[in-house]
Amino acid sequence: MEFISTNNMEQAILTITSAIFISSAAAYLGTLMLSRKMSVITDPLAHLAFPGVTLALILGIEISFGIFPFIIIGALLIWLLEKRTKLPFENLSAVIFAIGVGTALVFLPIEKAEEALVGVIDNITLSETLFITLTSLTSIVLTRKIYSKIMLINIDEELATAEKINVDKYNLIYLLNIALVIGLGVYLVGGLITAALVAIPAATSRNLSKNLSSYQTMSVIFGILSSITGITTAHLTNLPTGPMIIVANAILFILSLAFSRKRS
Amino acid sequence: MKTLLEVKNLKINLDENNIVKDLSFQLKEGEILTILGPNGSGKSVLIKTLLGIFPYEGEIIWHKKPKIGYLPQNLNQIGLKNYPLTVFDFFKLKNERLTKKEMIKYLEIVGLKEEILDKTVGVLSGGEFQRVLIAWVLISKPELVFFDEPTSGIDLSKEETIYSLLKKIKEKENLTIILITHDLSVIYKYSDNVLCLTHKKHFCYGKPKEILKEGNLKEIYGENIGIYKHK
Repeated sequence: MEFISTNNMEQAILTITSAIFISSAAAYLGTLMLSRKMSVITDPLAHLAFPGVTLALILGIEISFGIFPFIIIGALLIWLLEKRTKLPFENLSAVIFAIGVGTALVFLPIEKAEEALVGVIDNITLSETLFITLTSLTSIVLTRKIYSKIMLINIDEELATAEKINVDKYNLIYLLNIALVIGLGVYLVGGLITAALVAIPAATSRNLSKNLSSYQTMSVIFGILSSITGITTAHLTNLPTGPMIIVANAILFILSLAFSRKRS
Repeated sequence: MKTLLEVKNLKINLDENNIVKDLSFQLKEGEILTILGPNGSGKSVLIKTLLGIFPYEGEIIWHKKPKIGYLPQNLNQIGLKNYPLTVFDFFKLKNERLTKKEMIKYLEIVGLKEEILDKTVGVLSGGEFQRVLIAWVLISKPELVFFDEPTSGIDLSKEETIYSLLKKIKEKENLTIILITHDLSVIYKYSDNVLCLTHKKHFCYGKPKEILKEGNLKEIYGENIGIYKHK
């Protein structure tokens, strides 16, 4: 058994704090994203973290300065192109992803972007934790503000328009919020599997809940629970943290299937 | 009755296709105007233009800016089934300040009981869902309501159709209604005026009896139409 030093303790607190905030923001926003169009958009956007992280490493700057500009610009481009071309979101996100990562592969040594692959949550610094906390809180407030409007847009865009909702404006805030959450997710689990942080807790909760407030609450609880369980088991078994968080999420999801079967 | 809306020489182009041209009609406060025409003749486009969604040429004159409610075509439960929304949640999406008391009042107007608030929208029957939608539109107390083919073939119960319900509510709540429908029997029974659109961009406008002559219907729907009255 490894001796728990003060240093380790401090690191553990930073890691767990960051994980709780990131998974809450992701799971809450995720409850809005249970539609075909939006669940496919997270992965391409998250992959844009690879060129971002590589660039940050080469320039020797904090990786957040690499991750967030790339993902946010990606989200803005998708929004602009959708308005201009009327091509579907799914298609545009694939286009943006291919252009971003493709260009990066030409100019950047992408093999250096290991941190973007597996996440950096085990070595998260104090300043990063502060940044993560603030960004997560911003995202949670944003999600709260746009929730009803985006839900109505998801249900029926014309109905939303008739309710005097500015669909373009809310879609933009929604996409930027997705970009924030994905950027945060890259710290926790890396760019390959960020979508899971958003999609799985909401899906698990969907299986079990009968109304909107329990759906939101349970999603956040499952998100936090998976992160803490994932981090702890990874630490005890010496397995990689990010993937273990996803495994914990997956186990909860499978359990929820059993329960929802029983209920119906 | 005061005139609420005047449309003069309206022309609507979408993506360089002309959908409607030289269209003129009026709408008076408290009347039911039915818009009739085959698929693709521009009925929904016209409604959306009146709602301010599409650009147009010509004149759309509102004599009073009414509070508008709108029930779009093909709004079905599928979009709602993605989420575990109860009827209560669905009302709250419209306006977070709505109270349970207000919801119950409007549910009763459309013939539903309080208990339905806790039901998931996805499991409602077709008739219940239509009623909930009408209550959802009415709860913001609109003065003018657009219904784009509200039934899609669903009768609310044996005695009641969506139209008889609308007419009943209209009298209570002092509504003006613009209705799109294919159901000709509805027009005789419930509309004050009819506006018909055709593929050839012709239109006709007037009382149901004047409009629903066989010659006109052939112009609207093509040669293979005959009139037989229900019941």
